[in-house]
Amino acid sequence: MYSQEVMDHFSNPRNVGEIEDADGIGEVGNPVCGDMMTFYIKVKDDKLEDVKYKTFGCVAAIAVSSKVSEMTRGKTLEEAKSVTKKAVAEALDGLPKEKMHCSNLGAQALSILHVTNAVHKIP
Amino acid sequence: MKRAYVDHASATPVKKPVIEAMLPYFDQHFGNPSTVYDMGSKIKQVMEEQRAKVAKLIGARAEEIILIGARAEEIIFTSSGAEANNLAIKGVALAGQKKGNHIIISAIEHHSVLNSARFFERMNFEVTFLPVDEYGLVDPERLLGPETILVSIMHANNEIGTIEPISELSAICREKGIIFHTDAVATVGNIPVDVNELNVDLLSISGVSLGAPKGVGALYFRDKLRLMPLIHGGIQESGRRGGTENVPAIVGLGKASELALEELAQNEIHMRELRDALVSGIHERIDQIKYTGHPEKRLPGHASFCISAIEGEALIYMLNQHGIYANTGSACASKALKTSPVLVAIGVPPALAQGSIVFTMNSTNTMEDIEHILNKLPLVVERLRDLSPIWRENKAA
Ligand code: FES
Repeated sequence: MYSQEVMDHFSNPRNVGEIEDADGIGEVGNPVCGDMMTFYIKVKDDKLEDVKYKTFGCVAAIAVSSKVSEMTRGKTLEEAKSVTKKAVAEALDGLPKEKMHCSNLGAQALSILHVTNAVHKIP
Repeated sequence: MKRAYVDHASATPVKKPVIEAMLPYFDQHFGNPSTVYDMGSKIKQVMEEQRAKVAKLIGARAEEIILIGARAEEIIFTSSGAEANNLAIKGVALAGQKKGNHIIISAIEHHSVLNSARFFERMNFEVTFLPVDEYGLVDPERLLGPETILVSIMHANNEIGTIEPISELSAICREKGIIFHTDAVATVGNIPVDVNELNVDLLSISGVSLGAPKGVGALYFRDKLRLMPLIHGGIQESGRRGGTENVPAIVGLGKASELALEELAQNEIHMRELRDALVSGIHERIDQIKYTGHPEKRLPGHASFCISAIEGEALIYMLNQHGIYANTGSACASKALKTSPVLVAIGVPPALAQGSIVFTMNSTNTMEDIEHILNKLPLVVERLRDLSPIWRENKAA
């Protein structure tokens, strides 16, 4: 039911982990099924120097977080804004309809970091 | 790659002798059992023999069935266990609505029972969903009600393996003259099932868990019970289910029942051995897990857990990559994205329920399968826990 791209990212998720001295942490819970995704970013010169994450969720959620990290790493904050729910799903060659909310989760986690006010600096 | 298929509650391979028994009924003996010439009447006779075989497996008086035609009516062939459940609930409720409008089912019934009962809720019936304890057991004391016409409690639950105290429950109903149905899809062929011992009025069977083909099941019902058909049609199944019978599948179900009865005692021991090895092996290798269902009162080939901090769909996919085929009740794996009602009913917290995994074994499984699972499962769990943001907290706790 999943595309090869999804299975590839699920089987070998990129950039997994936490960032000790992260500049921001975005944590989202999935209201639909109750799972969770936590993103860590390191920002330098307005660029996402590093993006890492931990995910408690389904195949799609894991693939989405991996893809989001790949699509945003090394990008400017402005560029990273274009990583929407739709863009992530497309980059994964599509997601099953009922799994689109997992894609939303990834986009949301990052937007929480750098678009909304919820950005919080780690002391 | 090594393969370990441990999802026999979902499907079982059709046994070779079953396939062989079925084959002539596709082309050689293709007659319609409702016709009067020998090509049809012979098939009718064959169908009655299958009915007797199924009846024998569940302790219905098989000899009498062959000798006295009337007894044969105790088994109705259906397209599935789900249809048998639908026919039991709807057939009894519709036929008995003048007597009362209250139905009782447990909170952990199969969807075919649950949604049939909900259907009557919309038709102004009153439906009670009996809660279960932490092991999934129904409390017999809770069966009450003056308007109650039907109680349906499953024999065993296929998600947590718990076997319900059916004879205790049915005794209470019998005393009050309330019709009792049990969904025995998970038990028939796995443990001895006897409709007289269980003292039930109706009992559902599925071919899927018996080594018969998919698309066939049966409903046992006690003599003279009034049952409204779901499929109106001709005189097939004594007017209780219209439509030309699926003869090859029925022959398959008959053969599978015969084999199941022969092999039952031996298989039970074998499955119990495998199950115990799997359960203790998992407990030794993985921490922070919950063994769901009753520790003793459970199906012999059934093991189910909730593994903390990981999600079931991801777990199943990763096991799949190692040739291991198991099932899960995780919300993410369900189309509706809802936690399994069974895990909710036994009080598993939602986050823990996400890590649900269910192993259902049958006679074709071997100790090698168990070893393969015990080798791979801990690695897969560790990998997913490394990915999980909540695992670290759990570990510290
Ligand atoms: S995380 Fe639950 S469906 Fe994707």
